[in-house]
Amino acid sequence: MNFAVIVFPGSNCDHDAYYIFKEVLNTSVDFVWHRQTDLKKYDAILIPGGFSYGDHLRTGAIARFSPIMDSIVKEAKLGKPVFGICNGFQILIESGLLPGALIINKNIRFLSQNVVIEVATQDSIYTRTMKKGHQLTMPIAHKQGNFIADKDTLTLLMNEDRIAFKYIEDDNTDSNPNGSMNSIAGILNKKRNVLGMMPHPERASESLLGSKDGLEIFKSIVGQS
Amino acid sequence: MKAKIYISYKEGILDPQGNTVNHALDSIGINKIKSVKVGKYIEMEFDNISKQEATDIADQSCRKLLANPNTETYTFEIVEQE
Repeated sequence: MNFAVIVFPGSNCDHDAYYIFKEVLNTSVDFVWHRQTDLKKYDAILIPGGFSYGDHLRTGAIARFSPIMDSIVKEAKLGKPVFGICNGFQILIESGLLPGALIINKNIRFLSQNVVIEVATQDSIYTRTMKKGHQLTMPIAHKQGNFIADKDTLTLLMNEDRIAFKYIEDDNTDSNPNGSMNSIAGILNKKRNVLGMMPHPERASESLLGSKDGLEIFKSIVGQS
Repeated sequence: MKAKIYISYKEGILDPQGNTVNHALDSIGINKIKSVKVGKYIEMEFDNISKQEATDIADQSCRKLLANPNTETYTFEIVEQE
């Protein structure tokens, strides 16, 4: 598979993601600068974490108007996997590819800590190799990760089985540290090819980093088990 | 001419900043406040345009970029420069 890692001014997890594809999974991957407009040659697109445009106005609000976004929306509608992590999730929501909103954490702090999440659906390219209820440990690092949605949207997400990951309680971590509705950590679009999640699987993909649970998501995308 | 734009959270959206400010005010003896909301104030300046044009620009800016329709509402006023 040929991956594109999108780079905005202020992206800071782009190299981590690139490294996973290139060095850990040995797949082909390019950095794609946000001013480019063509993503046809890629099989999957990753929007990394960071602070695009300094988080000015609202997280993801300005990145959503970058030239590359039109082609990301186009490729997403064609069914290509588009995976947004942290700030990438915020950008996907601002662009309208995913519903709801990510507002400031319930304790108004920047949270940098490990969380335990569980796979809430197996029905996606990102989770197909894991069982529902499978637990993964990885870090979060954000201030605006508190997922909210109106009642109809929340019902729709549940009825269509589009909640990909949920925060769960563990001996060492808070359950749902940021206050997200229904403990939502990640959601899918209707076609199930677009995933946004706040936790960072790319920072938990080698044992040296304390956990390699995140790698399971990337392996699922490339079809390794 | 100027547009003065106010953006605030919709009713029912959790505003932890507003709640914290309210607690802080309470702790320094300023109480009897029912609730506090923290929003954004944005000012735009225009040269040589009509009030109608300024209204259209401000409205379009709010809809397309400045406010998130899922969580925020906006109001604005167009004023002649002081």
